[in-house]
Amino acid sequence: MVYLTRKAEFAASHYYHNPAFTAEENQRIFGKCNNPNGHGHNYVLEVTVKGEVDPRSGFVVDLKQLKAILQREVLDAMDHRFLNKEVPEFLHRIPTTENLAIAIWERLATKLSTARLHRVRVYETPDLFVDFYGEE
Amino acid sequence: MKAHLTRRYMFSASHRLHSEAMSAQENVSTYGKCNNPHGHGHNYALEVTVSGPVDQSTGMVCNLVDLDGFVEREILERFDLQNLNQLDEFAEPVPTTENLCTVIYDILQRGFSHAHLDKVRLEETMMNSFEYAGGKEAIW
Repeated sequence: MVYLTRKAEFAASHYYHNPAFTAEENQRIFGKCNNPNGHGHNYVLEVTVKGEVDPRSGFVVDLKQLKAILQREVLDAMDHRFLNKEVPEFLHRIPTTENLAIAIWERLATKLSTARLHRVRVYETPDLFVDFYGEE
Repeated sequence: MKAHLTRRYMFSASHRLHSEAMSAQENVSTYGKCNNPHGHGHNYALEVTVSGPVDQSTGMVCNLVDLDGFVEREILERFDLQNLNQLDEFAEPVPTTENLCTVIYDILQRGFSHAHLDKVRLEETMMNSFEYAGGKEAIW
């Protein structure tokens, strides 16, 4: 079993707001992140896949294919976007980094053919990241 | 008290990804630019993680002098500033970073006795890396 990690970067904006909360609750729980005009981050995504090394190619996964999937499923959908308004998952789900990692996992898990998804790590800032390993 | 220690090393090497088992066309479609017959190079970053009880008298999992000496002698001298395709290790397997990662793990596993080898992590570029723990499922 070999693990391969590929990084990608994207920039997006978001804000945190739960319509089930009162305005005061939203403000108290989400603080500055509740500003409806949004704010942005340079997100760093690390996708780790696992599998056996193919004895013919020496590859766990075709990196070109993995890059293309990341480009299509994540970067094209999320780079330079306002997550709350432009990414379907977040029309009714708060785009926290936790939910972002889960959404990216869901987008990628079924698209991989030769290797299995092991972990999705999303850095919101260099000091804060979330890991998601799928439903345990 | 058990602890894990990771040490990072750098080396540079060239390679060409080409499989004798494939046709010319299949090699190009599988390896793309990496199939260029003249090869190309990378600055590889190697991370070796070992673990063991912290020695009461030294406060160490293993003496870094031992780990550095082993890696220098058995790994860096073997691979740094080399063309990987020319080495015995890659006479048959294609020198992908997957295969390089497992070769380095095996060298450490066979020869380094000062601490338990947890895993080897190898960065080919800033954007991709490979990890091998002897075929075991990851615990990290």
